[in-house]
Amino acid sequence: MAGIGNAHLRDGKAMLRVEDLVVEFPAGRFRRVHAVSDVSLDVLEGETLGLVGESGCGKSTTGRAIMQFPRPTSGSVIFEGTDMSRLGGEELRRVRPRMQMIFQDPISSLNPRRRLRDIVAEPLAIWGVGDKSSRQQTVRSVLETVGLDYDAAGGRRPHEFSGGQCQRISIARALVLDPKLLICDEPVSALDVSVQAQILNLLEDMKARYHLTMIFIAHDLAVVKNVSDRVAVMYLGRLCEVAPPDDLYDRPTHPYTAALIASIPVPNPEIRPGMVGRALTAELPSPLDPPSGCRFRTRCPRAQERCTDEEPVMREIAPNHFVACHFPLGAPAAPEREPAAASAGGAT
Amino acid sequence: MSGSGPVGDGEPAGGLADEPGKDGAGPGPEEPAPRRRRTIRERLKRARVPAIPEAMERRRLRRSVERLPLERPEGELLLDVEDLRTSFSTPRGMVRAVDGVSFSIDRGQTLGIVGESGSGKTVLSRSIMGLLPAHNVERGGQVRFEGQELTGLPSSEMRHIWGVEIAMVFQDPMTSLNPVMRIGRQITEGLRYHLGQSAGEARENAVALLQSVGIPEPERRMRQYAHELSGGMRQRVTIAIALACGPKLLLADEPTTALDVTVQAQILNLLQEKQRERFMAMILVTHDLGVVAGRTDEIAVMYAGKIVEKASTAVLFTQMRMPYTEALMRSIPRVEDHSHTRLLAITGRPPDLVNPPPGCRFAPRCPYAQERCTVEEPPLLLGDTEDHAFACWYPVGTKEGQAALERNLSAGRPQTLAAVASTQVAS
Repeated sequence: MAGIGNAHLRDGKAMLRVEDLVVEFPAGRFRRVHAVSDVSLDVLEGETLGLVGESGCGKSTTGRAIMQFPRPTSGSVIFEGTDMSRLGGEELRRVRPRMQMIFQDPISSLNPRRRLRDIVAEPLAIWGVGDKSSRQQTVRSVLETVGLDYDAAGGRRPHEFSGGQCQRISIARALVLDPKLLICDEPVSALDVSVQAQILNLLEDMKARYHLTMIFIAHDLAVVKNVSDRVAVMYLGRLCEVAPPDDLYDRPTHPYTAALIASIPVPNPEIRPGMVGRALTAELPSPLDPPSGCRFRTRCPRAQERCTDEEPVMREIAPNHFVACHFPLGAPAAPEREPAAASAGGAT
Repeated sequence: MSGSGPVGDGEPAGGLADEPGKDGAGPGPEEPAPRRRRTIRERLKRARVPAIPEAMERRRLRRSVERLPLERPEGELLLDVEDLRTSFSTPRGMVRAVDGVSFSIDRGQTLGIVGESGSGKTVLSRSIMGLLPAHNVERGGQVRFEGQELTGLPSSEMRHIWGVEIAMVFQDPMTSLNPVMRIGRQITEGLRYHLGQSAGEARENAVALLQSVGIPEPERRMRQYAHELSGGMRQRVTIAIALACGPKLLLADEPTTALDVTVQAQILNLLQEKQRERFMAMILVTHDLGVVAGRTDEIAVMYAGKIVEKASTAVLFTQMRMPYTEALMRSIPRVEDHSHTRLLAITGRPPDLVNPPPGCRFAPRCPYAQERCTVEEPPLLLGDTEDHAFACWYPVGTKEGQAALERNLSAGRPQTLAAVASTQVAS
């Protein structure tokens, strides 16, 4: 089967390099859920990679597979030169503090029975950093940076905080070990717009302060654009388009990206939502039995016969702008099979 | 069949209960097995009929004539909410969740209610519907629907309003659908009970409804359960249920917050289409100004249990007066902005509704706030135009507002500095 290609991977030293990541889950009766199929990504140091797509497109699974829970079915995850997918047990445990994760639901990702200062100090206790009082000093300074008062809030439990504050606690907990890579899985989709803005600003501040590299997973394109240096659009376990955000939003080339952008609510009554058109209609096909060829073809307004037979391969259509589509918007159609296969670098 | 369970269970108890009150007209309880099912149904029917008052019967008749979308005279008052107050008593004291809200909606009109979480918008919609907990609630004010007072009606009477006159779509479609009842039953339930349709009729209508809300293969879906549908599909089903009896007012309480952006656009378009098609009034409650823009006639912005600004949509977006509305607007990340544009987050948090701050409730977070704001509460007054009301002493875009902003800037008020800094980056 034609892979989706690795043309968008950059040479040189990436902090994280994910190649041909596949995650499948057994679904009984010899069927498998193809959650992530041949996804390749790389993240340079200090960069924020945005991962966008509808629910069910495998973006969260990709994030978790990078963290090695669940373990990917195949493919490699090279983090700072070591292939995480080959590590096991203690070795993997030693790598993990350098990558942390923030989850979608801030309230359920915190233990309701523990006090805030213990929640944030837990990672330090696990790794035996310092003694008890120096740990609390660290907790105090981390809480201050995320905008919580240690003395007032330290003794309280998660239910006493609002959603936005709980997300701040999650961020503090993730940062307390001074990680290199932070994977944010829909960190703001459960929050109000005003709180969302606070958290997004906070993440940007933290990124600068702790020299973080981030993978930011979300379904809201406007949010992703705001925080990312590079955006990867996913659909049904595959990558569609990879580009810098300003470029991607000004000139989307994959029809799916265009549809996603069209469905963002615009806070301007002049733009009547009905006029935008192009919003997606049908449902996401089942990942148990993804469509042949291009997986988006069942909902694509530009789909043709070729899309059924041949899987599109990632190619560069503008500097640093990659798309996996036979008939991209505003660009020449992909060349026929032979040259396409050659440029994919031996994907078979 | 789902019917067999209740019949089997209810048979002995129902038989006993029926015995003393039997009036001879009903079939005897000692009938052979196949007929028993019908007796239960009849008994149920008999039990329900007296509960439906004459007014209900009249409405039903009228509805059968009026159910099709008709061009009704616009401007006719449908819902009138006056000085609505809802407070919950908690161990910490009274939480004034809705504190003196007044508005009205005409037939076929759409109103957007916007505010942060905790601003009381959900409690407001539930107060209108009469869906509040039975205890520890204090309520006041009036809700008049077609001239009829709804506050204080017992749920036995509200039952004839819910679904038939006012329907509601809730935020989370998974928890608002019954997980152990097939989708079809959940739609036909209302049709049979309120409109007295026969099983076959109701089924046909339910299939048509599912089709009209954009569900493919409606016949198959009718037999499925909520967990077998995706989030967007579930929300379509709840919309179908809400529309089933042809309500005149639809309350949509954050109908898309739990959904993806793509599905959100679909659901909002669907709601709008149905609202126009049926000439139904709609209240769209949301925290996202982007959702209500272009989909509502009028918008009310709520903060800390009060309406702080209310205007027609076009006016609100072009000449907002309340600093809170402006701040909400600016906190939305926009696609047109370059990446890494600093967002203007509203500093601080909504106030504690047990002890709201004196004066204007937004003052502690407001970039424009002056001394007067912390002492004197601004009333909701009409501004320069007839349909634009706001509660602010130093409105945005006026001389007073500009002067207040400059004064705060030179005094170094942190809220003001934050607001101004981020606008400069944005522009």
